[in-house]
Amino acid sequence: MSSDEEDYYMDSDDDMMDDVQDEDTSDIDMDDDDDDTDFGYDFKVGSGSKHKSYQVDYTSLSQPRVEQTMKEDVDHICGIFGVDAGTASLLLRNESWNKERLIEKYMDNTTKVLVDAGAAQPEFALVRPSTTARRSARSTSKLLSFKKSSNPTSSPEQPERIPSTSFTCPICFDDSPDLKQLALHCGHAACSGCWNAYVISKIRDEGEHCIRCMTEGCALVATDEFIHDLLVGPPGSPAPTAVTPIDPSADVHENAVAFNRFNQLLVRNFVSSNPNLKFCPFPGCTNTVECSLGSGKAVLTSVVPTVKCGARGIPQDTSDLKEGVSGKATFSSALGSSGPSGGGTSIHDKEHVFCFGCPIEGDHRPVVCAVAKMWMKKCEDDSETANWIKSNTKECSQCQSTIEKNGGCNHMTCKKCKYEFCWVCMGPWSEHGTAWYSCNRYDEKGSIDARDAQSRSRASLERYLHYYNRWANHEQSAKLSLDLYLKTEKKMEDLQLTSSLTWIEVQFMRRAVDVLLSCRTTLKWTYAMGYYLARGNEKDLFEDNQRDLEKAVEDLSELLEGPMPTEVDAAAGSGSGEGGGGGGQGGQGSISELRQKVTDKTVYVQKRNEIVLDDTAQGFLDGRWRWNTSIDGFEDPADEIRVD
Amino acid sequence: MASISSRRLAKELMEIKNDGCPVGINLVKADDFSTWWFTIQVMGESLYKNEQFTLQFRFDPQYPISSPAVQFVVTDGKEAPVHPHVYSNGHICASILGNEWSPVLSVIAVCVTLQSMLASCKEKQRPIDNDRYIKHAPENPKKTRFHYDDDT
Ligand SMILES: [Zn+2]
Ligand SMILES: [Zn+2]
Ligand SMILES: [Zn+2]
Ligand SMILES: [Zn+2]
Ligand SMILES: [Zn+2]
Ligand SMILES: [Zn+2]
Repeated sequence: MSSDEEDYYMDSDDDMMDDVQDEDTSDIDMDDDDDDTDFGYDFKVGSGSKHKSYQVDYTSLSQPRVEQTMKEDVDHICGIFGVDAGTASLLLRNESWNKERLIEKYMDNTTKVLVDAGAAQPEFALVRPSTTARRSARSTSKLLSFKKSSNPTSSPEQPERIPSTSFTCPICFDDSPDLKQLALHCGHAACSGCWNAYVISKIRDEGEHCIRCMTEGCALVATDEFIHDLLVGPPGSPAPTAVTPIDPSADVHENAVAFNRFNQLLVRNFVSSNPNLKFCPFPGCTNTVECSLGSGKAVLTSVVPTVKCGARGIPQDTSDLKEGVSGKATFSSALGSSGPSGGGTSIHDKEHVFCFGCPIEGDHRPVVCAVAKMWMKKCEDDSETANWIKSNTKECSQCQSTIEKNGGCNHMTCKKCKYEFCWVCMGPWSEHGTAWYSCNRYDEKGSIDARDAQSRSRASLERYLHYYNRWANHEQSAKLSLDLYLKTEKKMEDLQLTSSLTWIEVQFMRRAVDVLLSCRTTLKWTYAMGYYLARGNEKDLFEDNQRDLEKAVEDLSELLEGPMPTEVDAAAGSGSGEGGGGGGQGGQGSISELRQKVTDKTVYVQKRNEIVLDDTAQGFLDGRWRWNTSIDGFEDPADEIRVD
Repeated sequence: MASISSRRLAKELMEIKNDGCPVGINLVKADDFSTWWFTIQVMGESLYKNEQFTLQFRFDPQYPISSPAVQFVVTDGKEAPVHPHVYSNGHICASILGNEWSPVLSVIAVCVTLQSMLASCKEKQRPIDNDRYIKHAPENPKKTRFHYDDDT
């Protein structure tokens, strides 16, 4: 087409205004106020210290920080190609942000690269958009031309080529005189209302950041600046922070939400094209984690890259951004979260812990991704068989009365007959303290003896249920412990008011629960590991460590669920355990006594947890673990140790 | 203010009534701005000589920003054309109705495109995954994410 089209595109050297939003570009502060509740694996950004065997180096990045990196890439390309920022962004997006490859291709065939990216029409691309020097990030906003067709006197710098006589929008056929018309630099004009509806539908309903011209067959893609100006207002609007969409009837809030989402889509696109980056999978979270695992998948057979994005809970202000972001349930609502309370973070505002190597949300240490995935798949396939295990009630094996579990502790006492037993294996509790008793170990004898197909399949189910039962129980116990703690929390705060204890001093319960929850996560996954570990010496040692951690965790759990002292130095009094928890100790000690006990136990539990994590991780690094089935990335087991 | 879709459909309907439809396409019913029906025939030599099909268009309030839901009617003795891109339940796998939809396209443009899709057909056959697809197909073809393998 003609040269005036070209001018139209090139006429953009005024308007140097650069109003990139002044956002906080600092890194997230990883120094949580409760470092001591972690087990030393809360790796600090930039500390550079030597980490433990079960930790990986990583950095948490906020969205503005990632945007900063993107902008640097865009500026780099602008500098080399002499194109504006909008074009550079389109080129980079189309080449998956691979600068080297883009430069190479661009040098080879500029026209093709521009057209493929939707930055130019085939006939325009012949003219390299590099006649002017580097442009500002804002310059392309002139690509977006709009005018009031009824008012010829309004602005003299408008492109002449759009006739000021009546304009009928080709999409909605509106021809009102005050219609604003917009076009990408192809000149395919439509009214602002149609553009607004179109762009919002692409972003919100399709999650699309490459938004093509509305005209059929036109492959031009809207630049970031076009989207910005359309949705939240062109630069130089009366109040720079206010949202002033070009379309007068646009819903300001809806536009702002869509623009937010657009920026997030750009960040996600950037993050997903870089193997060293991963977007935080928690709903509403916009942080990114950077982690260099080295050469591909192989490393995942020896390392579990557990990372934290640096945020906690669910961002409050994204409640209306959630739609389309993720269909996942939010845990804050499940736990009745009311956001951070009183300066500190609340215990139910969980940290965003996830695996860098696989889609599992949460910490699946000590077991490597391939094994964790297999286990999750197995649980999914067998969910019906195992559903009954999740039930909160069981029958007392002595008097058959129904017993409900209302805490995380597995030491149960039947209210009726006072029988003390283990919730998991239903065996007498008295045996659990003795050295020869192991609740965690599955007796493989049964499956070895089984000769015929039917008894073999029965043995195989029993074996699975042994592991699944314990797996599910730690998950359930963690939840019940948290529920119970939330009830206790209030008591502890009251205690602070009526005693000389400081806020810090009453935090020992919370720390203990934090530790307990993390250790139950470790324990949970040790059962996935145990299910697939081949029998032998190594597995025995693994289960010894597992048992010691489990024992320590159950002891701490029991202590936490025992009766609370009501006064700071109350004399040891009477008071018996409740139905579910607390057998053992019975009486109430003073608060300082309890505090000492809980603190000591917490330290011990942490130590046991570290042993399990470290030993297992070390085993992966040494290639010590042998499996009873084929696992992705590992040697196949010999036939005689297969358990299928 | 009238919604974009009703003003736009009113305009399309007016053009159809004033200018008529292209040869082989006839408006059957358009009493509201939610569902329209057309008959469609392939003119000249083609595999569908002497056959007539009925097309149904359903519009949501986002039309024409979002594409219409278009399918062949397969009730009341009517049948969908036997074509590699047309399922026996009337659903059509055509990129123009999916990711290639453009808000400047119109109902008539869709009819003409489908008409030429039939006209250029070389062999009357159902899509290879027809049986599998119709077993699980959603009621609204727009809910299917078709994979557009070629542009015939
Ligand atoms: Zn319009
Ligand atoms: Zn265009
Ligand atoms: Zn996060
Ligand atoms: Zn993983
Ligand atoms: Zn009993
Ligand atoms: Zn037990």
